[in-house]
Amino acid sequence: MSPAKKKLSGADIFFECLKRENVEYIFGYPGGATLKIYEKLFEIDFLTHILAKHEQGATHMAEGYARATGKVGVVLATSGPGATNTVTGIANAYMDSSPLVVFTGQVPANLIGNDAFQEADIVGITRPITKHNFLVREVCELAVTIRKAFYLAQTGRPGPVVVDLPKNMIASECEFEYPEKVDIRGYKPTVDGHPNQIKKAADIISKAKRPLLYVGGGVIMSNAAEELRAFASRNNLPVTMTLQGLGSIPTNGKQSLGMLGMHGMYWANQAVNNCDVLVALGARFDDRVTGKLDTFATNAYKIHVDIDPSSIDKNVVVDLPIVGSVKNIIADLDKAMKDKPDTDAWWKQIEVWKAECPLNYANGSETLRAGYVIERISEKTNGHAVIVPDVGQHQMWIAQLYNVVHPRSHISSGGLGTMGFSVPAAIGAAFAIKDRPIVSISGDGGFQMNIQELSTAVAHKLPVKFIVINNAFLGMVRQWQELFHAEKYSFTDLSALNPNFVKVAEAFGLPSFSVDKAENVDKVLDEAFAINDKPVFIEFKVSREDMVFPMVPAGASISDMMIERLNPKRMV
Amino acid sequence: MKHTISLLVENRFGAFDRVATMFSGKGFNISSISIGETEINEISRMTIVVSGEDQVMEQIEKQLNRLIDTIKVVDLTKTERCERELALITVNYKPGTLEEVKNVCDIFRGTIVDICNKSLTMEVTGPPAKIDAIVNVLMPYGIKEMARSGTVAIRRGEQVKQAKKEYVQ
Repeated sequence: MSPAKKKLSGADIFFECLKRENVEYIFGYPGGATLKIYEKLFEIDFLTHILAKHEQGATHMAEGYARATGKVGVVLATSGPGATNTVTGIANAYMDSSPLVVFTGQVPANLIGNDAFQEADIVGITRPITKHNFLVREVCELAVTIRKAFYLAQTGRPGPVVVDLPKNMIASECEFEYPEKVDIRGYKPTVDGHPNQIKKAADIISKAKRPLLYVGGGVIMSNAAEELRAFASRNNLPVTMTLQGLGSIPTNGKQSLGMLGMHGMYWANQAVNNCDVLVALGARFDDRVTGKLDTFATNAYKIHVDIDPSSIDKNVVVDLPIVGSVKNIIADLDKAMKDKPDTDAWWKQIEVWKAECPLNYANGSETLRAGYVIERISEKTNGHAVIVPDVGQHQMWIAQLYNVVHPRSHISSGGLGTMGFSVPAAIGAAFAIKDRPIVSISGDGGFQMNIQELSTAVAHKLPVKFIVINNAFLGMVRQWQELFHAEKYSFTDLSALNPNFVKVAEAFGLPSFSVDKAENVDKVLDEAFAINDKPVFIEFKVSREDMVFPMVPAGASISDMMIERLNPKRMV
Repeated sequence: MKHTISLLVENRFGAFDRVATMFSGKGFNISSISIGETEINEISRMTIVVSGEDQVMEQIEKQLNRLIDTIKVVDLTKTERCERELALITVNYKPGTLEEVKNVCDIFRGTIVDICNKSLTMEVTGPPAKIDAIVNVLMPYGIKEMARSGTVAIRRGEQVKQAKKEYVQ
């Protein structure tokens, strides 16, 4: 008889599991229910715990890290309020399919349901915003549950997984064994596309006169950018990207039409509605992309490649679905192409649309324009930065004007549209990416939603460039108020409410700059980007009532774009 | 059109809640749902009756499949099946109507399971349409209370063996 294995505590098992999952960072915040884990953490040296200032910050950090690397982001929060504070971050990761494992403390199992101190039913709360979640009642189930959580988070269509850990379970003991294999009979994601479907798709693309690739976040998260670039350039195919797809190919590259959709390029939207074959690759026909559904690419034969079968035929009924990993399928498609399609005439038509309505943010006007600032940052970094927008007008200007060159380098809150995402997400990315600049760009509204995390960047000397595009308005809401809500600027003017951002950033310990003239932009950017041993802060005071154009009004056809302000008197 | 979906799920804490949350979160309407054990200990069967157009039904099946605890989803409407529902109906009677109510119960092959001074409770089983029919007939007598189990359904014949192979290792 072999000697009995040594028993380990739940906390020991927890770290043994993280070690086997090669976790480098945990983003967390301690509390009563997780004390035992933090006690153990004190002795752990194979991973680094990053103390956030708020659990929402920790969760966005984990997502920034996950999206910059493709690895699983790990969060550790306590029970009750600690757990509920992660909810926005979890929902954000769910909407953008980012792999997270969020560990939450829980009150002792015998008190669950008792309205105990700092109790919240986080498994119930997060059910609709997680890929899956677990409450670990017995310590013997801990290892297998953590194994499953990491497996679920990063396979198939990635997503957040919550693991709820009752305090008494963490303190009790059992033998430790880490399962080598995971077998979940209800979960077997399809990876390889059906060969006949791929052959058929290749055939149809070969014969297309006006083909268009419409690529989304699936290309980024399955690391398919290389395959996509090869496929598109070999067959001279135009590519338009969703917000999450930016980086799949360089925005200013030869094959690129830039972003499509509500604030997409005029020519990209025209191409969508006039193409004869539309190939959706890892994109989900989101309403911000399609506009009015019954006018969306009506004449096109639609091919949809996605790893999640439920994405197919959800919003738009397609002619040829292929379920599987976008990476494998693009490679197979490329191999299956017998002839290149003849796209010369099609490209000429696209050039006509480009000339018809180029991007124009009225450069050279007296006030500093946000678009100009974004363009200068793009230029200064050669598009090589990891750019982390917040949510709002500046986010759309970045999508339009920043030349994203590499995949996993444009980390934006797309599906949920979470203000306050940028600051912590950029910090998370900065732990992973050391050889390229990390640029966080927020509006003055969103910047204040997770401003507390600046101290996390300072503490770890992360050379993040924190930039605020300050128009002293909730600009995107203001834009809608002007266009669609009778110019009732209800609660969007922040001019009397905003703090002195430079002083705030200085108080956190960041070298800080403020710019309000176009001629100073380059000088300050040079100065700030030269600082690489700590974070810096730059505020750009920009034209207050600028608007993002072109724009598809909600519910309109995407080829029916507003190109500029209707009322020229209001031009800034 | 009404569809009867048979769903095999891991018999685990919260499995029902995941299904219910999916339906409410996606805005699909459930007409009835019933849950019970199966011949395999750790697997439960849910029978869900929903109505929707084809595209909605396709989404419902896909979304159910997407749940990690889901082992198998079958739209039984597409196959040969047996569908049954059980109802317990407490109906009023008067001295003059007792025989009539008993007759109705017999015609529908129900059983009287309880009786007191002014009302009796009968148990009726059958396809949901049969339950609707008896409810209509009993309505004039005054139904005091009613409990319906919701539909349970199962495939007929040879299909069963084949289907089972797919999830029992």
